[in-house]
Amino acid sequence: MIRIGIDVGGTNTDAVVMDGATVIAGVKAATTGDVMTGVVNALKAVLEASKMDASAIDVVMIGTTHFTNAVVQRRDLAKTAAVRLGLPATASLPPMVDWPEDLKAAIGGTGYLAHGGNEFDGRVISPLDEKELLGIAEDIKAKGINTIAITSVFSPVTGEFEKQAGEIFARALPGVHITLSSDIGRIGLLERENAAIMNACLRDLSRHVIEAFRKAITETGIKGRFYLTQNDGTLMDAAFAEKFPVLTFASGPTNSMRGAAFLSGVADAIVVDIGGTTSDVGSLHKGFPRQATVAVEVGGVRTNFRMPDVFSIGLGGGSHVVETGGAIKVGPTSVGYRIVTEALIFGGSTLTTSDVVVASGRYELGDKSKVAHLTPAFIASTQTRIMSMLEDCVERSRLSPEPLPVIVVGGGSILVDGPIGGLEVIKPNHFAVANAVGAAIAQVSGEVDRVYALAEIGRDQALADAKERATEAAVSAGALRSSIEIVDVEDVPLAYLPGNATRVRVKAVGELHVG
Amino acid sequence: MSDKGYLLKESDLLPLSIGAALLGTGGGGNPYVGMLRARELIRKGAEVRVLPLDALPDDAWVGEVGGIGAPVVGVEKIEEGGECYRAMRAVEEAAGVRISATISAEIGGSNALEPVIAAAYAGLPVIDGDGMGRAFPEVQMTTFFIYGAKAAPAAIADEKGNVVVFKEVIDMFWLETFARGVSVNMGAAAGLAIAPMSMEFVRRAAIPGTVTQALSIGHTVLDARQKRQNVVERVVASTGGKLFFTGKVTDVRRELVGGFARGHAHLTGVGDWAGSEARIAIQNENLVLWVDNVPVIMVPDLIINLELDTGEPITTEVLRYGQRIAVIGLPVHDLMKTPKALEIVGPKAFGYPELTFNPLQPQPVVA
Repeated sequence: MIRIGIDVGGTNTDAVVMDGATVIAGVKAATTGDVMTGVVNALKAVLEASKMDASAIDVVMIGTTHFTNAVVQRRDLAKTAAVRLGLPATASLPPMVDWPEDLKAAIGGTGYLAHGGNEFDGRVISPLDEKELLGIAEDIKAKGINTIAITSVFSPVTGEFEKQAGEIFARALPGVHITLSSDIGRIGLLERENAAIMNACLRDLSRHVIEAFRKAITETGIKGRFYLTQNDGTLMDAAFAEKFPVLTFASGPTNSMRGAAFLSGVADAIVVDIGGTTSDVGSLHKGFPRQATVAVEVGGVRTNFRMPDVFSIGLGGGSHVVETGGAIKVGPTSVGYRIVTEALIFGGSTLTTSDVVVASGRYELGDKSKVAHLTPAFIASTQTRIMSMLEDCVERSRLSPEPLPVIVVGGGSILVDGPIGGLEVIKPNHFAVANAVGAAIAQVSGEVDRVYALAEIGRDQALADAKERATEAAVSAGALRSSIEIVDVEDVPLAYLPGNATRVRVKAVGELHVG
Repeated sequence: MSDKGYLLKESDLLPLSIGAALLGTGGGGNPYVGMLRARELIRKGAEVRVLPLDALPDDAWVGEVGGIGAPVVGVEKIEEGGECYRAMRAVEEAAGVRISATISAEIGGSNALEPVIAAAYAGLPVIDGDGMGRAFPEVQMTTFFIYGAKAAPAAIADEKGNVVVFKEVIDMFWLETFARGVSVNMGAAAGLAIAPMSMEFVRRAAIPGTVTQALSIGHTVLDARQKRQNVVERVVASTGGKLFFTGKVTDVRRELVGGFARGHAHLTGVGDWAGSEARIAIQNENLVLWVDNVPVIMVPDLIINLELDTGEPITTEVLRYGQRIAVIGLPVHDLMKTPKALEIVGPKAFGYPELTFNPLQPQPVVA
């Protein structure tokens, strides 16, 4: 299978062509304001570099920050209606009660509370009231709103009410976009509702973006299908991506880590992506990033998306190096992208980490004579400080005392000069376009997050049920059944609930089935 | 109405919830939702005054309220709002008294906010104090019960309008059993009001000043974060607590025993504790900390897990492999250390009969 992977980032749009597991070519293009031009440029450049004909490409996978940016910058967002089912419960907090005012205003802040919802064990809180919902539909129509997010209490346990309400709104308001919260998030009403509302407000934008990607690809002569990558490093097809744009939010760092794993041939590792100003650190388990367990904020709003557990430290290739009273301080301030004019090796007057690396003789870059004055003692002390910072963040990320390799990617990887904290360091080929590789190798997944009463069905049976559901979900998403693996199983007993209630989360992943 | 004490402002709610989460010692539920609910009420004009223990006369009546149920339901089936208030009104009617102020059963976790919310609905003040000075899993583990408060009449109310009144209950253990059972029928979330107590009794039996204490801890955390200082160090210094261990969680085992999440967490030392090992016994809340197999702090003293870098309190339910944690200890109030109290909340009561309670001495406070 010949694949193209594209990663649209804040600064660069990277692309690779892969034949099976081999990287044929990789390029970096500048991300443009309209995004599409940058994508077309990257596609054309990588096709040329690979010497492949456009018609030979089977699939294109795209990771993008488009939708994250729209939320963070409060632009291209549609006026949205939030409908919550659960009265009389939840009346104390209307939808969007904890949203930043400007974001709420950008989408109109329209929320409705209605009857419905379920208890933790599936019992009904109150029945759905069709008349009530039709009244809400009237009001939504009068306000000219085109996109609705529906959230029902305990919908991750049973999604029936959301489905039924969705059907009622679809009949009353044909053509309106509908987002059901149980398709987006997990247990945690406000966070899941927030994620659903965010998804709903991106539905107009997603139609335009998917259409533009489709055009960009066709324009280059590529006939293959295209997919977008999700927060968890797996794929969604164009139709799915148009319905669930919110699932692309963290695909950048995820693709970067997955690409790093692939290029080094290891599935369990710490990944350090060293840029100009910061290093992003995460850890990989079975080739997928470890997920954050607490609420994740996007654009100032609490959500509970599946997002990689990545943290940043202020260490990069452009970080300032300052000596005060015998101690060396590296970062967090940095020259960033201005390194090419401000670092000493490029004729500037700011001492950066890259200058010290060049002075040590380990790497050739710029004009070495500009750093000849740095003493061996100073170089050694700075290097010690850098490695100590890296050791600290690698330690933070370790899952067990078991030794794991550390994969170092990114332009700032020249800072690393040996094992970190006793752990082997791997710097793979094509490290500069690891994110595009990550997009290209993305697989297909299915996930399940349910509460089971173990007193009724027993732990083994509950896990087996969850695994089966996750597998079926992966198949529905396009995975080849024979390739499916369960990559994550987690069960947490729930305090205070009877029947030995346990929350079970299972993820199944498989190879994309290209028929 | 007294003009003593102080009015709660909107800007107090976040620090109050942070302090309450910290005093939750790993349990107590997440106060975030309660904070939002209190905020909505204050924004709509509700005024809630926090009164010191000496503000009201002996014969004034105090209503003890709190949420009862599963923390996971608390973040999913959010309250209608008036649950604790309706339970409290039912108790007033059954006891034939008028309540003049509310008080928290436990300041640790989400129950710090429930009396504030009930007070807002009722137009009453809230007493600066509570029945534990921390959180504990069961309703009878309060100083109120330990020092002789009656259990009934009590009431439990759900979001649908159901109010169940317990007319005669021979003790708090029975109330815990009945109330827990009814709460599960109600969906594992409800508002509970226990028999009204006289101000004279509350003055003797309450842990004093704990609303202010939670507020103060929260302000310290937020201030330290804003100034990019070490939050853990500042919290320890300002509370007279002690830092017992810093380490990384290497194993967490939990199982459901009798409706509670019991288990152990294992940690490997970092920083000053590199080379040492620690173990924490858990039953929703943290029960005992061993460092290199020596029990160094145990219930009823407060054992608190904070994220090492941010000082964020970590509850038992989110404790996981790989987290870097500071384990700090605070001495529990003297009222919780008497022989009578230790029978209910000492190590033996939680299944550690081999341990003798060795109280943590208060450390010097650096403001």
